Amino acid sequence: MLYVVITFLWTSILLYLLLGGADFGAGIIELFTSKGNKAVTRKTLYSAIGPIWEANHMWLIIAIVILFVGFPVIYSTMSVNLHIPLTIMLLGIIARGTAFTFRHYDAVVDDMQHVYNSIFAISSFITPLFLGIIAGSAVSGHIDPQADTFLSAYIFSWLHWFSVSVGLFTVAICGFLASVYLIGETQNEHDRLRFAHKAQFFNIGAVICGILVFTAAYVEQIPLIEWVFGNWVGRIAIVSATLSLIWMWYLLYQGKIGLLRPLAGFQVTMILLTTTYRHFPNIVLFKGGGYLSLLEHSGQEKTMQALGLALLLGSVFILPALFYLIYSFQKKPLEAGSADH
Amino acid sequence: MNDFIAARSQMALSLGFHIVFSCIGMVMPFFMAVAHYYWLKTDEIVYKNVTKAWSKGVAIFFATGAVSGTVLSFELGLLWPGFMKHAGPIFGMPFSLEGTAFFIEAIALGFFLYGWDRFNKWFHWFTGVIVGVSGLASGILVVAANAWMNSPAGFDHINGQYLNIDPIKAMFNDAWFSQALHMTIAAFVATGFAVAGVHALMILKGKNVLFHTKSFTIAAAFGCVAAILQPLSGDISAKDVAIRQPAKLAAMEAHFHTEKSASLLVGGIPDEEKKEVNYAVKLPGFLSFLAHGDFQSEVTGLDKIAPENHPPVAITHYAFQIMVGMGMAMMLVSVLYFLALWKQKHWLNSPWLLKLFVAATPLGFIAVEAGWTVTEVGRQPWIIYGIMRTADAVTPMPGIAYSFYLFTAVYASLAVIVIFMLYRQIKMVGTLYDKA
Ligand code: HDD
Ligand code: HEM
Ligand code: HEM
Repeated sequence: MLYVVITFLWTSILLYLLLGGADFGAGIIELFTSKGNKAVTRKTLYSAIGPIWEANHMWLIIAIVILFVGFPVIYSTMSVNLHIPLTIMLLGIIARGTAFTFRHYDAVVDDMQHVYNSIFAISSFITPLFLGIIAGSAVSGHIDPQADTFLSAYIFSWLHWFSVSVGLFTVAICGFLASVYLIGETQNEHDRLRFAHKAQFFNIGAVICGILVFTAAYVEQIPLIEWVFGNWVGRIAIVSATLSLIWMWYLLYQGKIGLLRPLAGFQVTMILLTTTYRHFPNIVLFKGGGYLSLLEHSGQEKTMQALGLALLLGSVFILPALFYLIYSFQKKPLEAGSADH
Repeated sequence: MNDFIAARSQMALSLGFHIVFSCIGMVMPFFMAVAHYYWLKTDEIVYKNVTKAWSKGVAIFFATGAVSGTVLSFELGLLWPGFMKHAGPIFGMPFSLEGTAFFIEAIALGFFLYGWDRFNKWFHWFTGVIVGVSGLASGILVVAANAWMNSPAGFDHINGQYLNIDPIKAMFNDAWFSQALHMTIAAFVATGFAVAGVHALMILKGKNVLFHTKSFTIAAAFGCVAAILQPLSGDISAKDVAIRQPAKLAAMEAHFHTEKSASLLVGGIPDEEKKEVNYAVKLPGFLSFLAHGDFQSEVTGLDKIAPENHPPVAITHYAFQIMVGMGMAMMLVSVLYFLALWKQKHWLNSPWLLKLFVAATPLGFIAVEAGWTVTEVGRQPWIIYGIMRTADAVTPMPGIAYSFYLFTAVYASLAVIVIFMLYRQIKMVGTLYDKA
């Protein structure tokens, strides 16, 4: 059962990154779009994700619930040492979730729309930035259980080059996912090209941030290269991700868009796999070599049993319904810009 | 403000904020399902308009409920890591099931909000019902988690260790049933009266009268039935509290001295120093009856409880008075409304009844907030009753006061925006939903 629970945890994080990430990305794209094109981006985004918006964000809740029920020590340790970035991320989630809904449901369309839009775009940037920072900090070895000053316990646990670069990398990945995702939703050649350019922009961004991550890891003596390339799984994953990226760009220039999304999804999955595979089961690494492990710091047998069953039972209901939802709205998309539903 | 007080205040603020949205999220889908059903059955367009207008409101509330709920699931750890480290695996069962309920709710909401004219009309209707059923389920589940804090079960506490965990037993703890029942009814009372009040106001103003009358009737029917049931379920809760948390009951009633045939106090200002209550109306024997169903029985007072385990008496007492007061007032309004429906039809057309409903708009939500204050403040100083003190659970991180100020500002602005948007929805009814 422990492994069932861990699989669910990993899968929810992955799905949150892919689905939630694509919709953070849509907001990030808005931030990097010239004024004139913003409206089209917004409409495309809305018709693409309106109906599954709530569901995309449920993956985060599932991951958190798994953590606090199944791995309470990990949950409470991260909550203490990463209190500040978690709080900022939460503020981002609040701002985003409400702004997204408000702008579509406000009965009167007036200047308030600008307010909702800017809040949405800015928080779409902040939230994944801090998600990345949190993930980066967990494995960076900067969390110090012996810390005795405010700065070392609550600030330097997360504020350092490595985790900030991971944050920026996450932002770029989200932007990339969203651009690729939106290419499939566009109605005309002009928009398609625009999103292709965006995809390119974020792709390059991700590469630059990736280099930044490795540099920061090197400077801060985090054995990232060893984690990623020191084992077969990592090497295969990185090579296949790179190949699929080349393939994806080839298809894009050919104007074939059918396979783009699965390929982009594959790349992100491979990135998550390489970065988590090597130091599994340890997901929090402390300064001085201590760690928290999914295997050693899980709840008691009975709890894991119950949690695993609840998750399995849940997926029997959730997955078919979710697929049907996505399928129905793929088959017959919402009218772009229709406010009436 | 010290960090401990700040953490408690932030928790109280976040929960107090979230509960408003969760009540609406649990109950409005049922109102919509009724209106939607009438539309499908009668083809009267006004019912479709009502359903659509409500569903816009629900989308706004749902989004706010979802983000505030997300915040809560982090806050449990951010503010109370000492608690979650031990409690998570024990009371986690309802949360893991709740995850499923939320998920289904979110999916069904996608179908319902965006599914007009796309699906078979009864399938579409049904997805709306699913939103309501899964919302209720998640509410009941999360209350079961809270009930566990009041009435811990499903583990052995030996030398500070939490052993032999049984998550199923923990979920079905002693407080589970009475709290879940009372909370579910409360959600119907609060939402019913709030919605009925708003529509009553619009009828009085003579705007889109048919539209608002239909809406009013649906909301009032649910709210009034629930308001008549609520005191009965409150009585079950009180008897339950008397057995499992005598300290809470004593604080609710500011009952300082253990006695037989104890009197029920109405109002009054407790003096915790002198251990007496001034200016209260006393109903002799009624507290014994409320607590144990027998006018002669003995009711434990605070004198039997070690002083370091006393909850704050004044707050708990006032909150209880407010809840019961509101409950009685709404029950009265409901009785009048049913009289009007069955015996005195002409009352329905006279403004005083509608004015009563307008006046009662906030009462349900005030009672909900007060009721939770009774439950949560009355549990102090324990976070897990009799097992762990709230002070031992709080985060070691300093400066929580700033976090509290920040969240206060955020929730205050959100509240303002939501009210503002709701106002605009209602103002636009004539243009958007009911053009006649
Ligand atoms: C519309 C809302 C509403 C109304 C009219 C009432 N209540 Fe209530 N009450 C609640 C809403 C509520 C609540 C917010 O839902 C609480 C908080 C926790 C809970 O389970 O329900 C609650 C808690 C609560 C508790 C504490 C339960 C516990 O800690 O386990 C008691 C003893 C009562 N109530 C009793 C009453 C009585 C005797 C009422 C008579 C009129 C009454 N309530 C009306
Ligand atoms: C939504 C309805 C609820 C409201 C309005 C509410 C209200 C409150 C209030 C006023 C406090 C502060 C008490 C004090 O410090 O004196 C509090 C504390 C707390 N509540 Fe609740 N509560 C609700 C439901 C829940 C649920 C469902 C849970 C958990 C599963 C929960 C967990 C806590 C915790 C952990 C604390 C902090 C520790 C403590 O003060 O004992 N509450 N709540
Ligand atoms: C008595 C207290 C509570 C009740 C009755 C309640 C009920 C609900 C309901 C009905 C919803 C659906 C959203 C909506 O309709 O607006 C919701 C959302 C949510 N609640 Fe609560 N809740 C309570 C307390 C809590 C607590 C203590 C937590 C966290 C530990 C929590 C976590 C959540 C989460 C994560 C969501 C978002 C789910 C989504 O996106 O649909 N709730 N709550």
